[in-house]
Amino acid sequence: MNWTFFHKLGSPKWFYHLSGKWLPWLGTLAALSMIAGLVWGLLFAPPDYLQGNSYRIIFLHVPTAFLASAVYLMMAGAAVVTLVWKVKLADVALQCMAPIGSSFCLLALITGAIWGKPTWGTWWVWDARLTSMLILLFLYFGVIALRGAIRSATTAAKACAVLTLVGVVNIPIIKFSVEWWNTLHQGATLTLTEKPAMAVQMLWPLLISILGFYLFFGAVLVLRMRIEILNRERRTRWVQKLVADEMGV
Amino acid sequence: MSEGHLRGRQVFFSIIKRDLMLAFRTPGQVVNPVAFYLMVASLFPLGIAPDKALLSQLAGGIVWIGALLAVLLSLDSLFRSDQEDGSLDQLLLSPHPLPLLALAKVAAHWLATGLALILTAPLLALMLHLPTQAFPALMLSLLLGTPLMSLVGGIGAALTVRVQRGGVLLTLLSLPLYVPVLIFGTGAVQSAVDGMEYTGHLLWLGALLMTGLCLAPLAIAASLRVVVDG
Repeated sequence: MNWTFFHKLGSPKWFYHLSGKWLPWLGTLAALSMIAGLVWGLLFAPPDYLQGNSYRIIFLHVPTAFLASAVYLMMAGAAVVTLVWKVKLADVALQCMAPIGSSFCLLALITGAIWGKPTWGTWWVWDARLTSMLILLFLYFGVIALRGAIRSATTAAKACAVLTLVGVVNIPIIKFSVEWWNTLHQGATLTLTEKPAMAVQMLWPLLISILGFYLFFGAVLVLRMRIEILNRERRTRWVQKLVADEMGV
Repeated sequence: MSEGHLRGRQVFFSIIKRDLMLAFRTPGQVVNPVAFYLMVASLFPLGIAPDKALLSQLAGGIVWIGALLAVLLSLDSLFRSDQEDGSLDQLLLSPHPLPLLALAKVAAHWLATGLALILTAPLLALMLHLPTQAFPALMLSLLLGTPLMSLVGGIGAALTVRVQRGGVLLTLLSLPLYVPVLIFGTGAVQSAVDGMEYTGHLLWLGALLMTGLCLAPLAIAASLRVVVDG
């Protein structure tokens, strides 16, 4: 297999030029699949026999919750690449993913609370899943705060990578302990019951919606990374030339 | 081995000795976390109610959360003074494995603060009317939990050593990682209060402590290298 493509991708300049070509496609696909999934799910999927229409928030809630966890794992991947191969682009990705991931985490918590009110009769329960999601949000905050506190960009990059890895080692422990804690402390609690084998008319729009959110994440990430690359490389000749061309100088 | 070269074990213990000596020559470093611990724990009855039945239910959690906050507060100084007077650079330059040196620093920190907190805990538990049968569980869980908190918090302390006023940041980084320790620690106490078996919680704390002993020094060493060397 020819890896030169991959190595070139590691260079900010190449990534900037290539991603400029991908972005319209990624954005269009994201918009199409999100619209398809959400319109199908919110308007045409049949209402749930128990929860009526209130279950429809699932088409927002599940994709955001999926991404909230997945983005942290992707960050851990980027952290390994940053520390081991010292690829600059991996750190750009790490930096840009943190705010997106934390936003998805927050959205998952908010949509969960909105869903919880009609279903459980309360905005918040100290359910194992909710609690571990909340702690995941705190982990995101830590990475973002550490980045902001360290002046030197290279130090911040490595420090955030180390912290992300420490977090990813802890996530299973936290998740497990929170689940244990919940079963110990609360007897009869309202849990997000296991999804009863979902009807196909609901499953398909959900899957399309998840795909749409992933594509949306990809598009936003690429957009953010492009801006961050321009910011970091602002003193290089290619960026200055790019800006000069744009301005028509 | 030529003269002037120390063996790893000697270095380990001389770092502990040095740090303990420094800690006891500035008594505030030992006394302040304990005083903080006492004050935080006495805020709970003031804030909730001086009700004996209620407090005895909450006591385990209060004693544990107080210890957790006191450890966090004291961790900020773990590497900071060494960073300021340059001895941290010497540690990084030393030919001995940095994780070992980091472990010595953490051990000294635990001996100076964690141990004092453990010794204060029964007093607080008594004041908060913790049922007598839960005292062994409280002491054992703190004995396993406080070193673990020092180890995990050491990573945060290392990452924030160069940050101006890094205390809040250290708290932000460490608190999510303390969740399992808190859960198993208070779980042990609560089980004992309810008259149930609590060995399971202690075994889990022990397992986490062993994992922490193996992995945290590596993470602390990596963090120190990253933050100090850039």
